[in-house]
Parts: sequence; C-alpha cells; structure tokens
Amino acid sequence: MAKPKVLVVRAPGTNCDVETAYAFELAGAEAHRLHVNQLIEHPDLARSYQILCFPGGFSYGDDIAAGRIAAVQWQTRLAETLEMFREEDRLVLGICNGFQIMMRLGIFFDSGLTNPPATLTWNLQGRFESRWVHLKPESNHCVFLRGIEKIYLPMAHAEGRFLMRDEQARTMLHERHQIAIRYCKADGQTCDAGLAFPDNPNGAEWNVAGICDPSGRIFGLMPHPERFLFPTNHPSWTRLNPLPTHGEGLKIFENAVAYFG
Amino acid sequence: MKLWQVDILSADGQPDALGTHAGSAAREMGISKDLDARGVHGFLLQGSLDQATADRVANDYLADPIAQRTIAAPVGSPVLSAPKTYGVSHGRLVHVLFKPGVMDPVAQSTLTMLRGLKYDIEEVRTFRKYWLCGSAETDVSMLDRLCKKILSNDSIEQVVIGPLELDKLSLGSPYRLHVTQVPIADLDDVELMHLSKTGQLYFSLPEMKTIQVHFAKLGRHPTDIELETIAQTWSEHCSHKTLGGRIEYRDENGTRQFTSMLKETIFAATKKIRETLGQDDWCVSVFKDNAGVVTFDDEHHVVFKVETHNHPSAIEPYGGANTGLGGVIRDPLGTGLGAKPICSSDVFCFASPNFPPDQLPPGVLHPRRVMNGVVAGVRDYGNRMGIPTVNGAVYFDDRYLGNPLVYCGNAGLLPVDKVDKAPKTGDWIVTIGGRTGRDGIHGATFSSVELTHESEAISGGSVQIGNAITEKMVLEVILQARDEGLYHAVTDCGAGGFSSAVGEMGETIGAEVWLDRAPLKYDGLSYTEIWISEAQERMVLAVPPDKLDRLAQICKKEDVEYAVIGRFVPTGKLRLLYQETEVGSIEMEFLHGGRPPVVRQAVYQNKPEETGSLGALTKPDIESTLKKILSTPTVASKHWIIRQYDHEVQGGSVVKPLVGPACNGPSDAAVVRPKLTSNRALVLSCGMNPRFGDLDPYHMATSAIDEAVRNAIAVGARPDRIAILDNFCWGNTDRPETLGTLVRAAIACHDLALAWKTPFISGKDSLNNEFTWFDAKGEKQSIAIPCSLLISAMGQIDDASKAITMDFKQAGNGIYLVGATRAELGGSHAAMVLKKSGGLVPKVDPAVAMGSYRKLHSAMDKGLVVSCHDLSEGGLAVAISEMAFAGELGAELDLTQMRNASFIDASEALFSESNSRLLVEVSPAHAKEFENAMSGVTWYRLGSVTNGDCITIQCDGTEVVNVPWRDLRDAWRSPLDFE
Repeated sequence: MAKPKVLVVRAPGTNCDVETAYAFELAGAEAHRLHVNQLIEHPDLARSYQILCFPGGFSYGDDIAAGRIAAVQWQTRLAETLEMFREEDRLVLGICNGFQIMMRLGIFFDSGLTNPPATLTWNLQGRFESRWVHLKPESNHCVFLRGIEKIYLPMAHAEGRFLMRDEQARTMLHERHQIAIRYCKADGQTCDAGLAFPDNPNGAEWNVAGICDPSGRIFGLMPHPERFLFPTNHPSWTRLNPLPTHGEGLKIFENAVAYFG
Repeated sequence: MKLWQVDILSADGQPDALGTHAGSAAREMGISKDLDARGVHGFLLQGSLDQATADRVANDYLADPIAQRTIAAPVGSPVLSAPKTYGVSHGRLVHVLFKPGVMDPVAQSTLTMLRGLKYDIEEVRTFRKYWLCGSAETDVSMLDRLCKKILSNDSIEQVVIGPLELDKLSLGSPYRLHVTQVPIADLDDVELMHLSKTGQLYFSLPEMKTIQVHFAKLGRHPTDIELETIAQTWSEHCSHKTLGGRIEYRDENGTRQFTSMLKETIFAATKKIRETLGQDDWCVSVFKDNAGVVTFDDEHHVVFKVETHNHPSAIEPYGGANTGLGGVIRDPLGTGLGAKPICSSDVFCFASPNFPPDQLPPGVLHPRRVMNGVVAGVRDYGNRMGIPTVNGAVYFDDRYLGNPLVYCGNAGLLPVDKVDKAPKTGDWIVTIGGRTGRDGIHGATFSSVELTHESEAISGGSVQIGNAITEKMVLEVILQARDEGLYHAVTDCGAGGFSSAVGEMGETIGAEVWLDRAPLKYDGLSYTEIWISEAQERMVLAVPPDKLDRLAQICKKEDVEYAVIGRFVPTGKLRLLYQETEVGSIEMEFLHGGRPPVVRQAVYQNKPEETGSLGALTKPDIESTLKKILSTPTVASKHWIIRQYDHEVQGGSVVKPLVGPACNGPSDAAVVRPKLTSNRALVLSCGMNPRFGDLDPYHMATSAIDEAVRNAIAVGARPDRIAILDNFCWGNTDRPETLGTLVRAAIACHDLALAWKTPFISGKDSLNNEFTWFDAKGEKQSIAIPCSLLISAMGQIDDASKAITMDFKQAGNGIYLVGATRAELGGSHAAMVLKKSGGLVPKVDPAVAMGSYRKLHSAMDKGLVVSCHDLSEGGLAVAISEMAFAGELGAELDLTQMRNASFIDASEALFSESNSRLLVEVSPAHAKEFENAMSGVTWYRLGSVTNGDCITIQCDGTEVVNVPWRDLRDAWRSPLDFE
C-alpha cells in the first residue's frame, strides 16, 4: 500500500511539529512540515495530502486567545483548503494548540466561526498545567481512536477546558457522536459529572478531552499522543516489566495510516 | 480616528481569575481582608470603527464565544464606568496599562490580525481593569497599596484610578540628529566620578582616567556613544573584570597572587584535564563561546550555559525571569554557528514565602510575589519556545529578601561541523528578530551595581518583557540558515545590545555600523539608545553578500524581520554612523584591551572547626525533626512550580522531575533523549549549599560539585562524561572578606574538578548582590546574600533505557547505603530545624567519592540497581522517606552496623549531610552480584523495602522511627501546595 501523505502545518509559535511529523513517520506515513505562509502562497500544495495535521504549540503566542490568530488566518486565507479536507475522504488531526485552532475555526460544527456549540477556555485553576492523564475513548466512531480501550498521555496546556454553550448543544454533540474521548480515572471509569482534579486536569465539562466531527474523520484532542511514542516516555516506565516496544500514543497515528490501508 | 475601548469579562457562571487572584493576594499580603474584585481584560483600538463594527470585532475576534462577554464603546463613554454593566453594584474603578514603550506582544498581534482582516485600525494597546469593592473604596492608603503591591508593577505599568481619559495612542516623535560631545579633558577626580554615576556608566576612577588620557592623546572629546560603548564593554557583566582580574588573596595557607583569578583556578583545571585526557579529551569549546561545548555522538555535540538575571528579577520578577530564560536560550543559539535548544533548567533563591509583609524594607517586593512572578516568567517563555524545563531547585533563606536569585540554564545540540565561526571582511552585519526600543537601556551596567531602595525608580528602564514567539521564529530562521551555510558567524544581543554583540564579533577585523538602519519599535530613539538598547529576541549574523538574498527569503517565510546594519571592514576600528554622520569611532584595541586591570584584595579568615551535636534525641524528637525537615520550603515538594512547566515537549522525556506511580517523588536529575532517532540521553542536574558557605566556602564548593555530580550519577549518568558549570552569586566583592570567600570557593572548584577529571566548561558570575536601605530610624541597613555557588552538571547515558529513578520498586528488595557517614551536621537541615549551631561542615574525599561513583555506575550498567537516590538536605532520613513515598511502599531499616562502623550516634546516622552518599535498591536475585561489584567501596545493607504503610528504623535494638509514609509525604507535599 502507498504511504499516506501527512501535511503538518506550522505557524509562528508552533513547537510540536517535529515530533508530530516523526510520529506519523513512525506509524508508516510520509509526513512533511510546512509553514502556513508557504501554504498560503501555494494552496495547491495541500491537494496531494490525505491527512492534515495541526500540531501543538503556541501559534502566534496564544495572543488574544489560544488558536485565535491562526484560525483567523485559515478562515481568511485558506478556507478552500480547509473545506477540501472537511468534505472529501481525508483526515484532520489537531493536537493541543492544533485542537484549539480547530475549535476557533468551528471545523467540527456546521456553524462555522460564530456561535459555536462549544469552546475551549481557560483551565479552571487559571494557569498552565502539565501532567499525565488517563483517557477513555467514547467508541470506535472516531477514526483515530479505533481499537483503543484506554490510553495514558501527557497534557500540557492553559486553555483546554471544554465548555458547551447550553443544553441544546450538549444534546446535539451527544447525538452526533462528537464526544470522542474523555478524561477518566486510572481504572477507566468516567462519567458526565466532572471528575475531581487531577483526573480531570482542567475542569472540562463532561470530562471531555477531545471531540470529532459527525463523520469521525476530523479529530482534535488536548493531550499529546506524539509525546508518548517511546516506552521511556511513560512517567513510571522504570516500574514496567517487561518494557513495551512502543508508547501508547503511537496507535492514534497508526489508526490514521490504517484508514488509507 | 476614534479611540475605542473593548472590555472582556468572564460570562455569568464562569470564573474571574483576575479578580479572584487580586482578592486572595490582598488577603495574603495583609493589605485588605474584605477586597472583592472584579477583573476585566481589555483592548484600546485606535481606528475608524462604528459601534456595530466595534461590537463585531469584540465578539468575533477578541473574546471567547461562550466563556466571555464584551463591552465596546468609545473611551470615556459612561457605560464603561457604570458598575452595573459589569455585574457589580458599586466599586472603585482602577485601570492598569503598560507604560509607553513597554513590550505588549498581545497588542502587536491584535493589530496585525485586525489589519489583516481589513479593519482600519492604527494602533492597539491592552490593559487590565478592576472594580474594587470593600474597604479599599474609601481607604485611600489601602487603595494605593493595592495598586502598587497587587494590581500593578510600577516599573512597567501605570495605574489610572477612575475612567480612562485618553483621546489617542501615540508613541515617540521623530528623532533629530544631534551629536553629543562629552568634554572630559579638564575634569578632576570628583567630577569624573560624578559623570560616571549620573550617566549610569558606573566606571571606576582608574577607568575614567584611562579614558580621559586616551581621548587627550587623540586630541578630542569622546562622544556620548563612545563612552557608552566603553562602559558596556568594560562592565562587570560583560567583562567579568573582578574575577578575571588581579587578586591578592590571603588565607591560612599564606598569600597568593592571581593575575587572572578565574583563569588560574577554574579554567586552569579544565586545561589540565584536557591535557591529561589527550586523545580522550571530550571537551570541544570551553570558556570561549556563548556556551560550553562537549562531544555527544558522531553527529552532534551538546552545549550548555547557565546565566543569572537577578537584578531585573528583583524589580520586575515576571519580566526579569522571562527575559532571563529568553536570554540564556539565545546562548546555545549563538554558540558555534547555532545550537538547537533542547532543554532548560531553572534554579531560584528566595526569602521565605511566609515573610511578614509588614517587615519588608522599602522598595522590596514580597517573596511570594517575587516567586509567583519568576515562576510565571520562566513558564511563559519556556513553554512558548517549546523547550522543556526539566530540572531545577529552589533555595529559601531570608538573606535573599532584597536580592532574589534567578539562574536560567539551557542545553543545545550542535552539529559537529558547526563549531567554528568567524566573521569575514566584507560580511554584512545583519540583525534579525525583534525591533529595537528603549527596553533595557543600561542593563549591563545596572546588573553590575548594588541594588538600593531607589533602584526601582532609577533603573526602571532596564526592565524588559520578552516575546517568546519572536525568539521561536528567530530560532527557526537561524537553524535553517545555519544548515544552508548562509552566515559566517552568529551571536546573541544580550547585555549591552548591539554594542556588545557587534563590538565582540568585529574585535579582530573592525566594523562600520549604520545605526539609522536598525528597525525600531517607535520613533524618537537617539543613536546611542539604538546602540545600547537591550531589546530582546535579536541575533546578529555575519552574512557574506552573496547569501543575503537567500537569508531574506527564509526570513520572509518565517515572518521574521531582518536588517543590514553595517559591515565588517578591515580597519581595526568600530565606526558608528547615523545618517552618514560619524557619531563615534573607537579603536578595537582600546575597546577590548584598554581597560586598566582591576586589582583587588581578598582575605579569608579561617574559622576554627567546631564540633557540635544534635543532642540526645528521643524517637518522637527524631520523627518530628524528620517531618519538620520535609516541610522546610527548600526540601518540600516543588510540584506547584513543576506542573506549570512543560517538561515533555520535543518528545524525548525519560526521567521527569517528579517520578513514581503517583508522580510524587523528587527526581535527582532530569534525563532526556535529545534526538528522537537515538537512545543516547542527556542528564541535567544541579547542586548548591548556601548554608555550608557560612562555615567554609571551600567545602561548600566541593559539596555543591559533589551534589551535582552524584545527582547525575543517581539517574545513571556516566561518571567520565559529566561536564559542569559554575555560577557565582556573591555579595559586594569590593570588600576583601567577601571576595576572599569567593576565591576560596574557586580554588575548591579547581581542586575537585581536577581530581575527578570533571571539566568546567562555562560559567558566569553576578556580584554585588547586596541590598541597602534606610530603616525607620534613618539608619543604613544592608543585607548581603549568602555565598551562592550553583554547580550545574550535564551528563550522558549511552542507553536511555538504563536510566534509574528514585522511587522504591518492589517489596522484598534490599536497601543499601553507598558511601561513608560522618558526624557532619554543620549547616545541616537538622541543625537548622533544631536550632543548633556549630558542627562540622561536610567535606568531600575526592578519590573515595569518585571510586564509589564508578563502581555504582558499572553496577547500574549491568542492571543490578532498580532505584537510587542521593542523600542531601536532611540526610538518610529524608532520602529514605522520599524513596518510600515516591514508590508508595514501606521500608524496614536497622542502622546498628552502620552506626557502629561510623562511630556516630543514631541521630547523626539519620541526619548527617555527609557528601558522596546514595541509597540504592537491589532485588534479592542481584544482591550477591551487587555486593561483589561494590567491593572496595563503603556500603551497608540497611534493610528492605516492605509492603507496609510505615518506615520503621531500628538502631541498637531500639526503634527510632516508625512513621506512615503517607504522613511523611503529606509533610513534604503541603508547604508549597499553593492554589
């Protein structure tokens, strides 16, 4: 099978592009990192890619709000490219700041930029938090999460609290299977009621850590799967015997590659 | 053009972090018990907008669609000062704005974004706004204290009480050239020193006189820019004239003359080590470039630098620490042809976070505020740069009240063929990155003088705020341009700005600089201000003319601004021009070689050693002492800090700052894999013992080196691949006694480094860390910091999967103590909490220590060790507690044999802080092999790991400790568990 091609788009302040591209390579894809300015100059470059990835970091310094300025740039300069990935049988993945950009773009919803049903806002503790979290996918609906029962990943963000507009929004997101992955306890238990800190590290409503579009092809999450590619990334790997060959995060990238298999 | 104000408020039911924080800080600082504050973020937009457009901009672009709501109105509109609009019934309105010219990255980004969206906007500024309810509404003095101590920092911000009344935002007016001559020929000594001080040049009298003679010979007056250039280049910060200078040192061994103290101690040790190693020399570039360079693998070297940013952090903790980290990241980036920064370390020294607020000397910020600001500053720079902050420590001592210390370190990866650099004649001088403003003027000279209660007022201009994203963008350009070979040399613009960067690069050639071509943040800067500005995020490159176009392309793609500001020309002169007019011309030889040598006296008065004892301690005494030590802020858990730092970015994390099943154990050192494709790992650790310095700076220094090295050994670093860095932060070294303690520490560094063949590869000093003020009676008071030598170690592990963590792994495993314990309780934490004075300071036996590190490392390499932890503050008792609660397991120990063999009592066995000791956990299956591997080394099998809830320790048939590990964990975890 031909290797799927992944476009990892960086902007000023993006800082997880190298390891994210590496993750896709390790999973069997061919990944290229491209500056958003190059894409704006040559939007056609995007056509040959099956997967679009918004990596983590602090695009434009998180100035105004995390992901805001990058989203405005995509909305005004690259709307067609975005639409191509949304409409055609391609995949989009956003990690941390990438997820924040996608939320600001409204890519998961019909509503577009204004009046979205949900947002990502400041952590309840009001500051940046870095720690490992247990996560549980809702179902196999999201392409990236297929076959994952439970996953342990690091999170590192200040503005990752998932917040829904109202009851109608909650119902809609639930009915369309858009809630993709949630923070859970070490034993995998999660629920709609908010788990206590640190199981839920930011006060996210419904313990939501990641969502997808109704098709399951477009996925964003706050934690960083690309930071757990190697067994020695695990915070207590020195207690694991035997040591696994790979980190748990790799599966998310492998699922993306397998989609085109 | 109208000036619009957009206020952003949290929506109903959403937390108001800004207001809540103001309220809790006011309570903590004892300023107001009843403050109820509502916080608002805002933007001032100057442009042609109507109400509907302003609302759209506010709602669609400046606020969160769900979590926030907005109020947009022309500045001065009643709606903006009506409490009801903000959901409060009444309150005092306070606005906090940056002072003109202070870096406001959010405003810049907002302006660029809105213009990109085709809104007709000229200028943007951000602000904060508070509605204050409570006593502060009527109590004017309380309001004033709130504004100064909680809501703003007047070194960078201004407060407006009541509604804003502005009609436009403007900055600077065009500068008209006027060359200033400074007639110094006829000045007498007093007048020369007056000029030095009022001009913030901070020259000594011999220096002023040398300059006077030099210009008399030239037959002309110096210009202001010439004096400034010399001041920057000769400053303590840039030239390290005290420690690099002549010193006559006296101690109990007699008198020693140093021509260059550092060269003859620390550098000399490295030189001798390199000669001894011969073919196996693994140092690449030491004490030469912006960072020290050593070999790593066939493709890359690693570089490491630690800097201090103490004085700016004392005045504006956030900006000081922010630019401290930003500055040290530019050191690897400016080393060789540019190293890629891979991880950072941060070590801080503060006064007690519980220092009584009413006892603060004037002009001093409360330690809690300093700590909050410093941590946030490091967090925001490191996290935004995408460089993990992996290692650090915090030391608390009230002598740091007026002079908190902020050490920032950064390690980088440098391709082996990119070590050498040298500008060539004809190369363009190119600046890339941030624009030049008035930021940080006189930073270099300022960081070399003593702080006083007036410093805040005098030196406000030297405070800077960083913009990490600009630096991240510069980094991308440098690394691409480096790989394409687009420049011959690179250096960072640090202290002294262009004057130092260009002056250093052009030292052997000569340079011509066109100051009017530097991109400016705003109009009105004089040629001198451009030249010495310490605006952040700038690098200077020497670019051959045929490579400039390609560099320009990369800059364009990365949104990075560049400018050609001069050329390297073979004149041996530094020639400065502004709009074709020569404003300065200095011989490079005079600039770099003309400084008269500083000659200083140093005396060390040897103190007789005092034995001391902790006294007979009962079991309850021992247990409470242990808990108290775990709760001292220096030992206590730093999770509140660690969790704010991204320590995983770049994907190579191996050993994190907190380890164990609950991520709750204090790691000895950090381990990272800097290359995703290789299992080779880098280790960062540190050591520092300010308390030992009070007893003997020699042993303080060897203890710090030993601690840094043994921390690295504990996680599996190879003993023969550890490089170390020195950072001396000292009091006023004009006093022979103070300089004496420093020289003594430097001699110790030489001796131990040489004995161990552990090379120093870089270092830095910060002198004059004293704070003076006048107390209520009008008497002059002064506090000097303790001798604060930070040793940072960079180690290597061949295979990351052999790294070791400190958490107990398995019940039934044996617990071994490696290294000898002596009755060394001088400066110990046990003596501190028990309020005992005296005692012997811990010493290092170089041969014995390195012998046991080598054997322990080879046992680790064979897989015989499952956990390992160093013994430092609090000794064995603290180390065993930390291993137990980190692993969530119990332990049973018997100290009888160890105590007998060491001729000490049980409390000494538990709390001695003897160096070179580690606790090791070994599985029963490997016990024999481990014991054989450690032959010839002092070790004791103390007991076993258990599944129990307690740590129990026996000695001579009596139980001396029996405490649940959970209690010990809570004692350790709670003191700095801030909200």
